[in-house]
Amino acid sequence: MIVGGGGHGLGTAYYLAAEHGLTNIAVVEKGWIGGGNTGRNTTIIRSNYLFDESIAIYEHALKLWEGLSQALNYNVMYSPRGVMMLAHSVHDTQMLKRIMHADRANGVDNEWLTPEEAKAYCPPLEIGTHLRYPVLGATLQRRGGTARHDAVAWGYARAADALGVDILENCEVTGIRRGAGGAVEALETTRGLIRTPRVGVVAAGNSSVVMGLAGVRLPLESFPLQALVSEPVKPVFPCVVMSNAIHAYISQSDKGELVIGAGTDAYNSYTQRGALHVDLHTLEAICELFPAFRRLRMLRNWGGIVDVTVDRSPIVGKTPVPGLYLNCGWGTGGFKATPGSAHVFAWTMAKDEPHPYAAPFSLERFRDGAMIDEAAAAGVSH
Amino acid sequence: MLLIPCPYCGERPEIEFSYSGQAHLVRPPRPAELSDEAWSEYLYVRDNPRGRHAERWRHLRGCGRFFNAIRDTTTDRIAVTYRMGEPPP
Amino acid sequence: MSAFRTASGGRVDRARRLRFTFDGRAWEGLAGDTLASALLANGVHLVGRSFKYHRPRGILTAGAEEPNALVTVRRDAARETPNLKATQVELYDGLVAESQNRWPSLGFDVGRVNDLLSPLFPAGFYYKTFMWPRSAWARLYEPVIRRAAGLGRAPEAPDPDRYAQRHAHCDVLVVGAGPAGIAAARAAADAGACVILCDEQSEPGGALLDGAPAQIDGLAAGDWLARAVAALAADPKVRMLARTTAFGYFPHNHLGLVERCTDHIAAPAADSVRERLWQVRAREVVLAAGAIEQPLVFPGNDRPGVMLAGAARSYLKRYGVRAGTRAVLVTATDAAYQAALDLHAAGVAIAAIADLRPAAAGVWVEAARRAGIEVLAGAAIGGTRGGRRVSGVTISGRTIACDLVLMSGGYAPSVHLFSQSRGRLTWSDSMRCFVPSQSAERERSAGACRGVYGLAAALADGAAAGLAAARACGFTGIERGYAVAGESATHQAPGATPPAVADRGKAFVDFQNDVTIRDLVLAAQEGFRSIEHVKRYTTVGMATDQGKTSNLNALGLVAARLGKPVPDVGHTTFRMPYTPVTFGALAGAARGELFDPVRTTPMHEVAVARGAVFEDVGQWKRARYFPRAGEDMHAAVARECLAVRNACGVFDASTLGKIAVVGPDAAEFLNRLYVNDFAGLGVGRCRYGVLLREDGFVYDDGVIARLAADRFHVTTTTGGAARVLAMMEDYRQTEWPGLAVWLTSTTEQWAVIAVQGPLARRVIEPLAAGIDLAPSALPHMAVAHGRIAGAPAMLFRVSFTGELGYEINVPAARGVAVWEAVCAAGRAHGITPYGTETMHVLRAEKGYIIVGQETDGTAVPDDVGLAWAIGRKKPDFVGKRSIERAGIRRAGRKQLVGLRTRDPKIVLEEGAQLADRPGIPAPMKPVGHVTSSYASAVLGHSIALAMIAGGRARIGQTLFVRVPGGDVEAKVTIPVFYDPEGARLHA
Repeated sequence: MIVGGGGHGLGTAYYLAAEHGLTNIAVVEKGWIGGGNTGRNTTIIRSNYLFDESIAIYEHALKLWEGLSQALNYNVMYSPRGVMMLAHSVHDTQMLKRIMHADRANGVDNEWLTPEEAKAYCPPLEIGTHLRYPVLGATLQRRGGTARHDAVAWGYARAADALGVDILENCEVTGIRRGAGGAVEALETTRGLIRTPRVGVVAAGNSSVVMGLAGVRLPLESFPLQALVSEPVKPVFPCVVMSNAIHAYISQSDKGELVIGAGTDAYNSYTQRGALHVDLHTLEAICELFPAFRRLRMLRNWGGIVDVTVDRSPIVGKTPVPGLYLNCGWGTGGFKATPGSAHVFAWTMAKDEPHPYAAPFSLERFRDGAMIDEAAAAGVSH
Repeated sequence: MLLIPCPYCGERPEIEFSYSGQAHLVRPPRPAELSDEAWSEYLYVRDNPRGRHAERWRHLRGCGRFFNAIRDTTTDRIAVTYRMGEPPP
Repeated sequence: MSAFRTASGGRVDRARRLRFTFDGRAWEGLAGDTLASALLANGVHLVGRSFKYHRPRGILTAGAEEPNALVTVRRDAARETPNLKATQVELYDGLVAESQNRWPSLGFDVGRVNDLLSPLFPAGFYYKTFMWPRSAWARLYEPVIRRAAGLGRAPEAPDPDRYAQRHAHCDVLVVGAGPAGIAAARAAADAGACVILCDEQSEPGGALLDGAPAQIDGLAAGDWLARAVAALAADPKVRMLARTTAFGYFPHNHLGLVERCTDHIAAPAADSVRERLWQVRAREVVLAAGAIEQPLVFPGNDRPGVMLAGAARSYLKRYGVRAGTRAVLVTATDAAYQAALDLHAAGVAIAAIADLRPAAAGVWVEAARRAGIEVLAGAAIGGTRGGRRVSGVTISGRTIACDLVLMSGGYAPSVHLFSQSRGRLTWSDSMRCFVPSQSAERERSAGACRGVYGLAAALADGAAAGLAAARACGFTGIERGYAVAGESATHQAPGATPPAVADRGKAFVDFQNDVTIRDLVLAAQEGFRSIEHVKRYTTVGMATDQGKTSNLNALGLVAARLGKPVPDVGHTTFRMPYTPVTFGALAGAARGELFDPVRTTPMHEVAVARGAVFEDVGQWKRARYFPRAGEDMHAAVARECLAVRNACGVFDASTLGKIAVVGPDAAEFLNRLYVNDFAGLGVGRCRYGVLLREDGFVYDDGVIARLAADRFHVTTTTGGAARVLAMMEDYRQTEWPGLAVWLTSTTEQWAVIAVQGPLARRVIEPLAAGIDLAPSALPHMAVAHGRIAGAPAMLFRVSFTGELGYEINVPAARGVAVWEAVCAAGRAHGITPYGTETMHVLRAEKGYIIVGQETDGTAVPDDVGLAWAIGRKKPDFVGKRSIERAGIRRAGRKQLVGLRTRDPKIVLEEGAQLADRPGIPAPMKPVGHVTSSYASAVLGHSIALAMIAGGRARIGQTLFVRVPGGDVEAKVTIPVFYDPEGARLHA
């Protein structure tokens, strides 16, 4: 049983069926498939992380992205148009170069651009000294890009369905029943009891709630995260640009909308909405870097619930409850990991041992202090 | 933007405050006596409930004081705020 | 005057003619026109092309809900605004507008071929095609699709216009200034409430602007409106905001409004504000947002000349424009009959009224027949004919020639803001639409936006809502009614189930996104059951009108297809903004210097005058180096470094965070926080403090001085000042409230002038009064009070360079004077100002870490060689338990070491990765990375600091730094390159 019908959950079901020969698989989803963060993110795909452990799992995902449309026979519109990350200070430069070198050692493409090269790659970008924080350089991962978020959920669902996976929508888990030895026995749902010896919880923002049903408390908090799009315009933005220092994340969809990621609100919430000042902060940064976009207009804004760990890295693996597996904590960056996360989680569930790429992301790392602190790389300034 | 009733200053907009996570977590008085598991639970594990949440705020750009609030995480409605040291109502 | 303009009537100013161009052709309109009404007045109906099929499109509506008539308005090269709705663009003299999404011209559009190929492009077609070969999506197909998509062009030049933002509080915010909103504002203000009344249109009035044949309180409706508006405008408790859209409803009655200030003006003043964002916090909100007429879905319902009935009436009554000469009304409700009768009275031939209801009858049908209009009850619409303009409509098999088709599927309450506030909607079977039921905020809806139609009812409902809102704020008011006479017997305007149609031709549900009935059917066939899935798969309701004229029809169609009642299918979530909001208004004045505050030190201008190059460190501007003529950074830094090593340098260290920790328990407080022992620190002495997070990782560092038994001066890193103080306050207030200690940020109170180098004492000595500089009196890590250059000073003998050094702290206002005095006194000794870059080199030569450069949130003290700082006897401090975890004490952690490249000239790149063998192909697992790297002028070779797994055990070994084009050989050393014994420090 997989709890959670987002991309990660549906993908897990698909890989369990496609690669591990499991047959009796079901996905339960309390709403509609792909209706959570899968359908609410800004679709950025990249693997240019800082720590070796992160690079491995995100690069695993990126390699799967490259062939996903063909594997699923469904066009997920993976578009490697390049992800550029901007440096605005000496400290940013040091950190981004460290990421670049770490990526290259790990066999992941990443290169340094001068400000002028960055502008050439993304013409709307302003780099000059009239900016409060001029652009001092940028890294570019050319294989990074975007994909169509809904298509990922639908593609995995279709492919899993074709392999006999049952997908139950509007089916909320209300209890996790455990046997005398503590192991998982069954799921109680709004559509009845489902007996199962193996449960994978892939519930993103709701992970704490679902795992609480099994008596497992998590090092996790759920926050609102917003995104917004502009009205569609003709192609004007050829790549993905991220500035962690001033909080600007932007690309253009195939439909022509500028897709802009905003920040998280400060407090735990499950409301799937955020505050106006968070959007204002984001648009200040967008308008500072791309002053020609000031006259464009925000068309639609929405919110998701992101499940965040203290080191901004996920939790993927076994839990103290036999038969219960957990995949959560992807925070603000889960979409890009979808195929990799699903793939290693299926492996972990099928073999009852952590996939090598998943092993560093265990729950035990919190006990041991073996943090994979990508928050440092995300420009938490020092 | 939430409107938060500071127990000292009254209602103020959220941008005057900083959020400080789950309330009523008490630092163990003798950490050395805790196992690694118990200590990491104190460090990292949080309730993260859907619904009623006891949480800490600080009126950073006001009186500067920390206080607790009970807020519903499914509606963002604040039921009550109260001073540090007071028991949750 | 054109043939389509009536001789009189309406709210346009017939004396003020305005010139404008559309697609380069010159036209004329009147003051008070919108671009849409002016085009219609000139007989122009073809104004746009649709998104996917590039079908010719006209003007469907007269308001914010317009899906078709999108234009770009261009003032100049930098002021070009795409995707504006012509129905909302107010005409001004000289307006230049262009149609969009067509090539080469609106009349002849090559993209039109998509319409003919449309069997290839059903909803979601792109998910199932364009996949092979693997690289083709990104290289071949996607660029083509992207070029075809999009609407207008984005501007290319930076927007020079100004945007402003305001915050406002009020007792009652009323959204919408139609009859209900005006009555609500009046009632609330009369009760004593402070009111804001906003409306998206150019003037208040709402439906009254379209002319109502009724009298209110004995006045003609128009006169009543003028009087009511004047009274509100004169009321000091009421703020009226025209051209102001309430676009977002956020928690706790926080609403976002955007006011368009100059887009309707021909030549705005250069310094005027184009748009203003209002953030309103209201105690109570009254939503009086009105209702939106819904189209009917039938083949060819998108042809130019097919228009909502209410819109045609609005063009006639408000703008004095006949939208055609011969019209057919297609309706499913009574509400549209008024439009047909009004147009008929204005000389537009009404060829027929096709009423889809089998049993159409009643006063409206009779009135139409009395007027000589043929009414076809139970009519079936076969479709429309025509090219760029409708030329006929087929009804029940008969084709009727016309140049205007009016349609009405009833009205849908505008519940957008209510839904945004998380109020619960309920389906009304009688009205066939969603209406507000349960509020989530302190809010109430009034009038048409909750399904209360008709002038008398809206006024009464608004007045009641306004009074109730005021009472909820604690005001007392009395009820007051409005006497309405002569109101036509308007029936409630039900929404309509879109009629089933023959599956031929294109019957559009979402005009802008070209979503047809067939697409919705296909989505249902594909297994999409949730309305959210249907929306995402077909893109229905996702265009720039956000489904204002399509969501309800789509829902009805999907429900019918699935055989479910509409409420069981549900509705998609209403999200902000109600209508699109300009980025600039949301970003406001935040650009350039105003993007983020600039913090400068007291001596900033001195550094500017000396030609310093600055770097951004957080919000601070810090002098990075002081180049002399012809010097690059490398040369300047080398010179500055040698000056400090050989003579004396002066450095502005004012940005360091400073916290006064005061109270009887100050020492105990710091003891519990920092790893070091502070209980034993004597008055007048300093200690290098290391602060961990509770999870054991290095958080900050700095020198802490004990100024008195109960007073400490704590310094932090520049970037850490605020967060260290916040952390201290957290522990002080919440963990240890029993400690008597107080914290004050003093960062900006002190100017800090570091004087460093072997001659430092000689520079300062003549300036110091009341301070004994002798090494025995003021040894390394000591502090003394006195005067420096006449200013009251704290003089620290501390060093971040490894040289004899002092940090002079004087009141910020004295900083420049003391700096100048130090420079003057040091001139004879070769004193040299140096910047942060030199500071970094000097500290790296000594192996002093920078938190955030050597550490990255995963380093414990021992990793960076700071285990010595830990007070061994302390039972506890923040982070102690964490660094004792088994997992942390495991071998193989990264440790701080030095690196010497074999080639002394090679300066490694910071962040470069290390391997223990040369030439390992990627992917490989690096053993560590370079954290700091510089050319050391005093040593004559490059130096680097690095974090390396098991690094201290590797000292003496050779490692290989991976750089493009090969590996650089480097030897692992201790992380101190200069004066390892520290003799110079203690000079």
